[in-house]
Amino acid sequence: MEGNKKMITIYIMGKAYKVPFGLTIMKAVEYAGYRFIRGAGCRAGFCGACATVYRKKGDYKFRTALACQTTAEDGMYLAQLPFVPANREEYNIENIDPDKNVLSEYYPEINRCVSCNTCTKSCPQELDVMDFIQAAIRGDYKKVSSLSFDCIQCGLCTARCPAEITHYHVAQLARRIYGKYYSPIPKHLEKRVGEIKKGKFDKEIERLKKMSVDELKKAYVKRKIERIPRGEVREE
Amino acid sequence: MKLPYFPGCTLKQTAKNFEKSAMASARRIGIELVELPRWNCCGAVSSLTSDDIMHHVAPIRDLVRVQQMNDDGILNNEYRLVVLCSMCFNVLKRSNMLVTKDAETLNKINEFMDTEPDYEGTVEVKHFLEILRDEIGFDKIKEKIKKPLHGLKVSPYYGCTLLRPREIGIDDPEAPTIMDDFIKSLEATPVDNPYKSLCCGSYHTVGNAEVVAHRTYKIIEGARRNGADVIITSCPLCAFNLDNRQELTKKLHPDFEYMPILYFTQLMALAFGEEKEAGFDENFVNPVPLLEEKKLLKKVVSRGE
Amino acid sequence: MTEVIHIEKKNVKFLQKVVELSGEEVTMCEQCGICTTSCPMAEEMDVSPAGIMRAVQIGDESVVESKAIWFCASCFTCTVRCPRGIDLAKVTEALRQLTLRKNVDHIDLDEVKKESLPAIALVSALRKFTG
Ligand code: SF4
Ligand code: SF4
Ligand code: FES
Repeated sequence: MEGNKKMITIYIMGKAYKVPFGLTIMKAVEYAGYRFIRGAGCRAGFCGACATVYRKKGDYKFRTALACQTTAEDGMYLAQLPFVPANREEYNIENIDPDKNVLSEYYPEINRCVSCNTCTKSCPQELDVMDFIQAAIRGDYKKVSSLSFDCIQCGLCTARCPAEITHYHVAQLARRIYGKYYSPIPKHLEKRVGEIKKGKFDKEIERLKKMSVDELKKAYVKRKIERIPRGEVREE
Repeated sequence: MKLPYFPGCTLKQTAKNFEKSAMASARRIGIELVELPRWNCCGAVSSLTSDDIMHHVAPIRDLVRVQQMNDDGILNNEYRLVVLCSMCFNVLKRSNMLVTKDAETLNKINEFMDTEPDYEGTVEVKHFLEILRDEIGFDKIKEKIKKPLHGLKVSPYYGCTLLRPREIGIDDPEAPTIMDDFIKSLEATPVDNPYKSLCCGSYHTVGNAEVVAHRTYKIIEGARRNGADVIITSCPLCAFNLDNRQELTKKLHPDFEYMPILYFTQLMALAFGEEKEAGFDENFVNPVPLLEEKKLLKKVVSRGE
Repeated sequence: MTEVIHIEKKNVKFLQKVVELSGEEVTMCEQCGICTTSCPMAEEMDVSPAGIMRAVQIGDESVVESKAIWFCASCFTCTVRCPRGIDLAKVTEALRQLTLRKNVDHIDLDEVKKESLPAIALVSALRKFTG
């Protein structure tokens, strides 16, 4: 790697470290000698475990990032935020009356939103977080679902919100309600569940169960990937 | 006339009939209400402490949207923002007034909203009733109605936020007439109520519904004593308190009798022959039997019970 | 009988704080009582609106603990009637803020969860009753 030649200085919890330019924050922190016990998972921007907050030298902005997805820059003051305390309400999705103002019933604090836009500014997925909280206040499950679909639950918005809202839990409830009560039931899924129940795949399962790990690995690599027939994709 | 329009959260939720009936009525008098393409909750109540600027951000962000609609060519030099909900109207107008008088506060808010264009103080916040009175004229409305509401006795309920404080209100806070004139334009009979601008208890409905129910009793009985059949309002919170809280009111005051509570726009839709858009089935106390008795609605055999 | 009120430094400080936060000249109040007779919530209150004004004038901090300041519905009836042009709604707001800004809520959100309420009710109540 040519970037290895150029070194930059980053500050991890206040202490300076020289690391090669070109690494992600996560790799830079590891290069500096830290080992992740929490706060790292997929290393590919999907799991939301590596929430990070930082400031850059001379910049008043308090910034947020996913450590595995963001390149470390010279003069970054970094801290990991491996966990954001947030209450998740208990509910049984079967017993919910979606016609009621459910999101406000479980999470009344959404009504405290002051429209400061801090959540949107802090989302590493670049979601319109404020807009989906606003839609949640109006009980618009569909809009919350589509605006929050790519949320990876890193919790950065929740850590920053002055109204103490737990955005990702609200959005998850909205998506569950939308999925259960409003989005059309995927036909291919129904069909496949029927086939499984009728025992269409029983023989195949038995065959797989008897395979060794090595055989399984080979079979996995060689597997055929099914195409989703057109017109049966989920809405949005 | 194409005017930008701010609905507010509740009109998308428990007060859909308010919006629907207003849209239908507006069309009949040549007004197209264009909803802001993106908007946020105004906060419902104004920030009242001198150092609290944060809570003015939400309403000002909404006013920026009106500017953007003009910049994007959705509107042509139209800065009158129409609001239906009295509380939203009050909050938006109040914050607007604050920042147009106080350049320093406006500057702070603009600096804070670093993802938005600056608000330039150009928007004028108008309640829909003001548009009816000042732009269309109640006499014009009278000419245009299809079904005069003869024989219907209507008590206006102004509540708080349409009238107070004085510099925000759309009429004399002590002797308002705008709703009375509106009722007359539909050829219904306005009925006075000594409690027409008595607070319904507002947000005390959360956590202290009894306080509200006692006021609901007073307000509705005040209208009934003067012979009213129905009360009209322009506020979804007043509507919730006067309409949905009647059940509790009856519990606390056994002599109480139910009375339908309508948004003023529902009455208007009815007079324009747009009863399908009036959304009477969404009211808590069903107004349909009364309107049928008054021969303002045709009797339908089954209401889909 | 004449009542003698001793006003100490801390009382003056409290008065100044409320004046600053509300932006209202509380000392202008002449105790005419029009606010109290106008207030739709007066019957629920343990201290009348005029009483609240008096308490602030003499720097009686105990008014912060009164139920009355929470019963005020910000209806602005007193505001439009006060002959001295004082906006009492701003004064009660300032008094509530003294508690709310210490991160103390006036309502329990678990109670709120028991009923399906319109957004306008929740937004306004949470603005007024949570810090
Ligand atoms: S919405 Fe919040 S929790 Fe979800 S990805 Fe964005 S910042 Fe993370
Ligand atoms: S950070 Fe919180 S208060 Fe600010 S816009 Fe987002 S949800 Fe609303
Ligand atoms: S480690 Fe999974 S998103 Fe960064």
